[in-house]
Amino acid sequence: MPTVNYVSFDGQSTQLELAEGMTIMQGAVMNGVEGIEGECSGSCACATCHCYVDDAWLAKVPAMSENEDEMLDDTASERKPNSRLSCQIKATAALDGIVIHMPEEQE
Amino acid sequence: MSGVVIVGGGHAGYQCADSLRRSGYDGEITLVDGEGHLPYQRPPLSKSHLLNDTGEEVLLFRTQSYYDDHNIGLKLGHRVTAIHRADKQVELDRGETLSYDKLVLATGAKLRQLDLPGSNLNGVGYIKSLDDIRYIQSHLSQTEETVIIGGGFIALEFAATAAKLGKKVTVLVRGQRILANAVTPELSQYMLDIHHQHGVDIRFGAEVDHIADDGSGNVEAVRLKDGTLLPAQLVLAGIGVTADTELAVAAKLLCHDGVVVDAQCRSNDPDIFAAGDSARYDNPFTGTEIRLESVQNAVDQAKVIAQVIAGQDAEYHSVPWFWSDQYDIKLQMVGVHDGYTHFYQRGSQEDDKFSLFFFRDEKLIAIHTVNRPADHMAGRKLITAGVSPTQAQIEDADFKLNSLVKK
Repeated sequence: MPTVNYVSFDGQSTQLELAEGMTIMQGAVMNGVEGIEGECSGSCACATCHCYVDDAWLAKVPAMSENEDEMLDDTASERKPNSRLSCQIKATAALDGIVIHMPEEQE
Repeated sequence: MSGVVIVGGGHAGYQCADSLRRSGYDGEITLVDGEGHLPYQRPPLSKSHLLNDTGEEVLLFRTQSYYDDHNIGLKLGHRVTAIHRADKQVELDRGETLSYDKLVLATGAKLRQLDLPGSNLNGVGYIKSLDDIRYIQSHLSQTEETVIIGGGFIALEFAATAAKLGKKVTVLVRGQRILANAVTPELSQYMLDIHHQHGVDIRFGAEVDHIADDGSGNVEAVRLKDGTLLPAQLVLAGIGVTADTELAVAAKLLCHDGVVVDAQCRSNDPDIFAAGDSARYDNPFTGTEIRLESVQNAVDQAKVIAQVIAGQDAEYHSVPWFWSDQYDIKLQMVGVHDGYTHFYQRGSQEDDKFSLFFFRDEKLIAIHTVNRPADHMAGRKLITAGVSPTQAQIEDADFKLNSLVKK
């Protein structure tokens, strides 16, 4: 099972093992990791699961859809080059060990 | 035992429990839900769930340990049968009673059931709960042809899912267009074309006479009143829901098609709140009393209730927003378009990326977008702030609408 490292805005780290195919958002929300909301259940419709993918992992994460790209223009916290919606990234073997940074706010 | 009792574990009920803890409320919280599953998310049931192989776990809001860690008591598989307001207690189906300081009714909605000969045959299903979707799943492998009754979101989302799964899909719509309660005729037509492109047969003005039995209690076909026979192994009825206000009505709370609540989501009993599909409130954007069936409404009302119970100032005045996924189309709606006088279009239908901006006189009141999520997100801010872009700004697809309201 791939491991995901969630780093909160104030620097606290939580490591979770997620079932293959579960999204980074689902893993955070189900396990009560603060900082990711996911109000729309992962439909890429609310932009409350904004995250920053650690630069070391950015190249390994599958490219974003046009819809995700547009949604990221309206996140509550600043969009950066490594901004993604965590509901659009699935935990896979290729991303085992990925580091995800949380933004300051989601709404 | 006392504290907060929440009736219902859908989006509103779950969110209320979660937000109570986030708001610092440290009293007891008990969430009662009749279904017997950990609280889970319903939106994917008609959308992605049947297409994904990720299983049911991903539907859960939280795992059991979250509730344990946050001291949120769960009474799953228990139904509340009565509210005793004078004693501030609720009665459960197995005779148990729970006392409350504050009661939150998040009872949601009840399925409208088919009332036709053959409605009870094996192979007639609905989509509202996890058990409903398990039932449908158990029939899908034997299904080549499915007939869907209804022309709203649930019916069409399932039509898209079934078509993607390779089924022959026929949708029966009573009226003359799909999504008639939710979108304008232009968008209904656009979505109809999309369904046609995916081979879905949509019939308007269709009246079902009965559902035919194969002789052993299974669905075999749907017979229309005009005599048409549509073979089907699965019949899905998506014919709407009604507010579940049974408990509230029995407890003599003020109800009419929903528990009537104030801006703090409080009923006419100051210790009883209501949120979600079963709550009716004065919407400041429409200026009318409305009841919404949406995630946004459930979540935002639940948050207000949690804050109010935790002693903070909060009022519910969010702009309503909704979404639907059908095939590769993401349909997003913000605001309420009823009573619009005119609209402008941004983007083009040929590209499957466009938005309709609805105005009542000079005021922007709603935006319906197809695969233009940025317009939707900007629209939420614009309508909340009461800012109306000009026709030129709307029609210039490169103009950044959110620049009109950027912090």
